[in-house]
Amino acid sequence: MSVSALEGAVVVEQAVGTWRLRWQRFRQHRGAMASLVALLLLLAFVLAAFPLQPLLDIDPYATDLLARFDPPSAQHLLGTDEAGRDVLLRLMIGGQVSLLVGVLATAIGGAFGVMLGVSAGYFGGRLDEFLMRFTDGMIALPLLPLLIVLGALDLTKLGFSAEFARSGAAGFWRIVVIISLVDWTATARIARASTLSIKERDFVRAAWASGAGPLYVMATHVLPNIATPLIVAITLTIGRVILLESVLSFLGFGVVPPTPSWGNMLNNAQELVTQAPALAIYPGLLIFITVIAVNFLGDGLQHAFDPRSDR
Amino acid sequence: MTALVELDRVSVHFDQRRGLLGRRSVLHAVEQVSLTIAEGETVGLVGESGSGKSTLGHVIAGLRKPTQGEMRFRGHSLDRATRRVAQHAIQIVFQDPFGALDPRMPVSAIIAEPLTINRIGSQAERRERAASLVHDVGLPQDALNRYPHEFSGGQRQRIAIARALAPNPALIVADEPLSALDVSIQSQVLNLMRDVQQQRQLAYLFISHDMAVVNHLVDRVAVLYLGRLVEIAPRAELFARPSHPYTRALLDAVPRIGHFRARHRTIQGEMPSPLAPPPGCVFHPRCGKAQDICRVTAPELLPAPGRPAQLAACHFKD
Repeated sequence: MSVSALEGAVVVEQAVGTWRLRWQRFRQHRGAMASLVALLLLLAFVLAAFPLQPLLDIDPYATDLLARFDPPSAQHLLGTDEAGRDVLLRLMIGGQVSLLVGVLATAIGGAFGVMLGVSAGYFGGRLDEFLMRFTDGMIALPLLPLLIVLGALDLTKLGFSAEFARSGAAGFWRIVVIISLVDWTATARIARASTLSIKERDFVRAAWASGAGPLYVMATHVLPNIATPLIVAITLTIGRVILLESVLSFLGFGVVPPTPSWGNMLNNAQELVTQAPALAIYPGLLIFITVIAVNFLGDGLQHAFDPRSDR
Repeated sequence: MTALVELDRVSVHFDQRRGLLGRRSVLHAVEQVSLTIAEGETVGLVGESGSGKSTLGHVIAGLRKPTQGEMRFRGHSLDRATRRVAQHAIQIVFQDPFGALDPRMPVSAIIAEPLTINRIGSQAERRERAASLVHDVGLPQDALNRYPHEFSGGQRQRIAIARALAPNPALIVADEPLSALDVSIQSQVLNLMRDVQQQRQLAYLFISHDMAVVNHLVDRVAVLYLGRLVEIAPRAELFARPSHPYTRALLDAVPRIGHFRARHRTIQGEMPSPLAPPPGCVFHPRCGKAQDICRVTAPELLPAPGRPAQLAACHFKD
């Protein structure tokens, strides 16, 4: 059945799609747009390691004990660290690791938490009971012993090849999986509580009355309406994940030296902070910029999803 | 006239359990209600709060399945195929215009939603349809790309009506659509509802507790008390000569200018709990005419003497 055939339409103003309206609102938010630019610059910065390494002809892993704590020079633009390695290149390579871990672990953990929480709240009943007791169980586990057990898992016993288990990629994925596994619970609880209150609203009933299924209602009504608390929770997670990665690295699994990450560079620099404060300042500043930018980005998303917020 | 919707002895019960080990009890929200709505007809459903009006409305709108009994749509029982057609042809307008519209959706998407859900027409056609409906319900054209919070209660109710009209329904269940609005706005929305009905051959199930509004709009009135249909009659007959004592009490409760309220005729007390309905006629604890038979035998819904169209469930109907 065609709609226009039903009625002679009088069109003066064109209706615009929901997502286009949201994008317009997002662009109004200056902080979010600035953060988007800042994050793109950060991305360009960490990717610059690929052309820069052959250009300057430096091996970022090679130690040179005669060149410890060198000041900035034409060869080492930000000087060298306590093992004589180039700081700039290590910041770039460490940034690739930290940003990828931060974004991936947050995205996987967040998506899992949102799906679990929304399904629990939406379907209710037995499923809700089961999922929430499971979540409570995860919350009850103490973090550090859990991390150590997960970190000590022998990957070859899980069916991965020994070659993969020893490679750097295994360490990287191990960290992403571990962090995602422990960091979804808060998101799930927030998602469930917000879903419960939205589900009872009449606009959801109106959609049901027209025959809407659960996936449609969740995607169209529930998620946009619970976006505000979720975005806050998830943007706060990213900064925490970047630092949690350094804790894991400190415990000896995941990103293992000499591979740098912002987290382990910051950790190493702590002992040398009186000798070479710049070594702590650079990674600290980059983590700071990332966290701030992600939070402003979250602000912008909230603004885009909530038409009542005015800024 | 053919029957659009038929309810055949429909009951809705809710299982209630207090606490983990509490006793299980059954709430009889709607009990053995039979009702037909013809094409293009307006049926008013009246009763106090808690009488089961909204629950019955939700059954007809497809939001709740009856515990017992059957609903038929254009003579077909609701199997999968018929249910899809009925979902399309029966729309609902809610009481609270603030909760009925998704605050994070622009108006054009809200109005087109019933079409989007059933994948009718292309996106461009749906937007065109929303634009023409905005015009039909008397909203400004620039409403399309705005959000619900920018509108007043009356305008929001117009948006809700536009959404209900989008799939060209045969019946709109209006669940107290006016009671959240200012009196001055009520008449505007009421007139809009009447106008669109005349243009589109719509039937309404108009749920209300405002007898004056009901008198203004409906063809037939059904009176619900404690989930039971106690009287159903054409509007003029019911307002002129109510047959059931409860209907009479409802009419007497309407304040009128120039009349002192007949205090002795208003009913006393409150409606009994639907968890433990009284035996016999459910109205007997509050009824002035109650006799022994009322406490034992539940009356059936039968025509009043000499008035075949007026049915009442009372042993001593007028």
